[in-house]
Amino acid sequence: MYAFEEPGSPPQFCEEYDLTVTVNGRLYQRRVPVRMLLSDFLRHELQLTGTHVGCEHGVCGCCTVLLNGEAVRSCLLLAVQVDNMALTTIEGLAGSSEELHPIQRAFQEKHALQCGFCTPGFIMSVHAFLHENPEPDEQQIRQGLAGNLCRCTGYHNIVEAVKLAAHYLRSSQSQREEA
Amino acid sequence: MTTRWFGAPVQRSEDPRLLRGRGTYVDDINLPEMLHAAVLRSPYAHARIKRIDASAARALPGVHLVLTATDLGELLEPSPLLVPHPALTQPRTQLPLARDEVHYAGAAVAFVVAEDRYLAEDALELIDVDYEPLPVVASLEQAAAEGAPLVHADVPGNVAAHLVQRVGDPEGVIASAPHVLRERFVMERGSAMPMEGRGVVARWDAHEGMLTCWMSTQGPIPIRNGLAAMFHLPEHKVRVVAPDVGGGFGTKIMMFYPEEILTPLAALRLGRPVKWIEDRAEHFVSANQERGQIHDVEYAFDDQGILLAVRDIFLHDTGAYTPYGIIVPIITACTLPGPYRLRHYYSEFTVLYTNKVPVSPYRGAGRPHAVFVMERIMDRIAAELGLDPLEVRSRNFIRPDEFPWDVGLVYQDGGPTIYDSGNYQAGLERLKEALGYEQFRAEQRRAREQGRYLGVGVACYVEGTGIGPYEGAQVRVESDGRVYVSTGVTTQGQAHQTTFAQIVADQLGIDPRDVLVTTGDSQAFYWGVGTFASRAATVAGSAIHLAAVKVRQKAKQVAADLFEASPDDIELADGKVFVRDAPQRALTLGQVAIAANPLRYSYGENARKLMQMQLAGPRPGPALPEERGGPGLEATAFYSPPRGTFASGAHGAIVEVDPRTGMVTILKYVAVHDCGRVINPLVVEGQVHGGVAQGIGGAFYERLVFNEEGQLLNGSFMDYLLPTVEEIPPLQVEHIETPSPLNPLGVKGAGEAGTIPVAALFAAALDDALAPFGLRIREMPLDPCRLHKLLKELQSTQRA
Repeated sequence: MYAFEEPGSPPQFCEEYDLTVTVNGRLYQRRVPVRMLLSDFLRHELQLTGTHVGCEHGVCGCCTVLLNGEAVRSCLLLAVQVDNMALTTIEGLAGSSEELHPIQRAFQEKHALQCGFCTPGFIMSVHAFLHENPEPDEQQIRQGLAGNLCRCTGYHNIVEAVKLAAHYLRSSQSQREEA
Repeated sequence: MTTRWFGAPVQRSEDPRLLRGRGTYVDDINLPEMLHAAVLRSPYAHARIKRIDASAARALPGVHLVLTATDLGELLEPSPLLVPHPALTQPRTQLPLARDEVHYAGAAVAFVVAEDRYLAEDALELIDVDYEPLPVVASLEQAAAEGAPLVHADVPGNVAAHLVQRVGDPEGVIASAPHVLRERFVMERGSAMPMEGRGVVARWDAHEGMLTCWMSTQGPIPIRNGLAAMFHLPEHKVRVVAPDVGGGFGTKIMMFYPEEILTPLAALRLGRPVKWIEDRAEHFVSANQERGQIHDVEYAFDDQGILLAVRDIFLHDTGAYTPYGIIVPIITACTLPGPYRLRHYYSEFTVLYTNKVPVSPYRGAGRPHAVFVMERIMDRIAAELGLDPLEVRSRNFIRPDEFPWDVGLVYQDGGPTIYDSGNYQAGLERLKEALGYEQFRAEQRRAREQGRYLGVGVACYVEGTGIGPYEGAQVRVESDGRVYVSTGVTTQGQAHQTTFAQIVADQLGIDPRDVLVTTGDSQAFYWGVGTFASRAATVAGSAIHLAAVKVRQKAKQVAADLFEASPDDIELADGKVFVRDAPQRALTLGQVAIAANPLRYSYGENARKLMQMQLAGPRPGPALPEERGGPGLEATAFYSPPRGTFASGAHGAIVEVDPRTGMVTILKYVAVHDCGRVINPLVVEGQVHGGVAQGIGGAFYERLVFNEEGQLLNGSFMDYLLPTVEEIPPLQVEHIETPSPLNPLGVKGAGEAGTIPVAALFAAALDDALAPFGLRIREMPLDPCRLHKLLKELQSTQRA
């Protein structure tokens, strides 16, 4: 990415950038090094530590966030790439005082988490997936979750939770439509 | 006492926090003025370090500290040997930073602390290390070979340990047995791969003289003790906290990893907090691994399929060091007899050094290997005699009336290997039914007519769990009536906040949501060992139970004094303490807690109500009668098991194999599991599910591939394949409860169980599916390519 002319010479990469981004509905303006990963920006600059980093090479899905509604891996993006865009992280689904989001509720009821490290990434992936597929069958759910790794649960209860979450979201949707 | 919460599928109290992204894992701790560390790791598996020049790194603006071996002073000591053993004659442990020689690719060579992680990694690139490569021992076979290079120049033959155990007269029995077979089984390395890597945040508070470390570890209390000794601090001035831990599976019970010493050292030297977070690339080459063994086994059986004797001689790959002694191969040796009446058994193992990442227990810890060998034997006996493999197992099972069963071996904790209880036949029957074993054969025939290859495999195991030495707990009722519990074990996802609360709730007649549990904080509970070896529920759970019983007795005594009743007439239920048959004579648990702490001044709602009630007034004598043992409703208890308790299980799967590609689809998976009394079935099932998934990975996907230079070739999640949801089928878990007579709760460990039998049953299912090819699996893990290759070899032999 960068070359040193002489051993010991200061590396030439310290460019910074004035970033404007909306995260969970709040506008942030920050000066960031251009090489900073989006995951590091969220976690260490904005203190939104619910987005976890499991592999830093885009496979495990722990760092999944929503970028303009789409699930993306924040470890594969630079912070500067989301300039003027809108992000949702796990903290944006339910505040501390609010009720859990239906996906979160389904995860608790089905015991779909153990250590909890992969959980925010799963929930954000499920959020995007159920938006696209409100009535998925089991095979679609499994395909939809295949980009997230979990080492604790064996996935069984996660699949069950997604089924339940789909049900919750559909019923709240139909309630809204009736109202 | 009415048991209400123990055994109930209580939803986890830890979930709302974790689901909101409000967990606190080590990397979530951001302290003011915090600096960031990165580790320079050896690119060579074996090399002499001729020179290290870190001057350019030290000169880089933003770099605060660069440590190499020569900067460590008296800390340049090999890490303590955690579990010594007389058979471990050549133990070797790691220096915090390599000095003259590196023994595996990934070994820590330098430690850089800078303003941020990016800068710290820049500085790593500026460190110039002059290595002289040395001959590499990259495999077990190579380590054992005549004239092999030496991993440690002063360890002849690379032999760290050699241990022989003998039960009965295996040689005599084999000499006169009607059937004797010999086979070689090979197991290769895998890795625990918790989703959160390791990590340390250290803060030195000069004002308080206090070193605080947050670590992603399974054993904070032993680490506290070690750091205090290393840094010459009083133990109570070192606090080690395992906050939320993103999975451990054994790899985080290792101590000391170099970074666990270097990060606090840097914080002490710099007077600023320092954070080191392991990234995944580092985890692949610096977090301990497991599973490499080669077994040469000879076994004898009679015409009825009764196993008469086993002689198992195996090699165990310990990597470059023996931090955990020889725990893993001892467990292998002791697990091998399994649920069978094996009366003549010879076990011999040699622990060999290789130039690879050190080995310490990973979920299952030597057991999957042993179960693989024994279950392969059972399947082979069945095949040789034309018997049903399940029938052969039944004929060999230890019967329920034969417990306690003394296997005749010395276990990993130095005690005898005695099975406390079990009902293996009942487990197998349940499995047979749930699997649809009888019906499957017809389905298999039909499928084969259509050119599809279906197979069924079953594996049984017995698992030593809940070993000592001990754990302890403190239980205290606070003034608001909520109960605070602290214990020395840690939590990496096992739901201890919930299950431990269930244990306490039953004793104190309260809702588990009113029980607050703290684990993994050396300042919250001073004594303890850690969470590993499927021991937390058994050992810490029992300690918590005993402490809660004491608190219950004290609550009865205090209430009896207040109500002028007999303690025997006091009951605890629904958050109240009351006189039986006079429920109007009642106090809340919080009020009793206040009354148990005679003060001039009491605060809060409970205290006000208590005053208004004008119960038993001032009495002669001390405010704290001797028999109360102290103020408040508080008790501490310890539980030290006499020996391990042995859980068991039988798993089975139906698979379909495509012989053209080697791809395997699991059509059905059933786990029958006996961990004694179940505290929370949701939690136990979750543990089994996760274990099975790791077992499937270890059977068919996860193999760490090293080349002859000792370089890991598949050190990323693109190449080392953790199973995704598409590889793991729906899992059916059935419980059998054979209580343990050894502990007050009747529980046995559950954490590792799921992983243990999977490779064995996978091999059986593949053999069964591909019986027309004459397949006999003798290795783990497999993968589609390897399976395909085995089939090709069989076909070419058959043609020849």
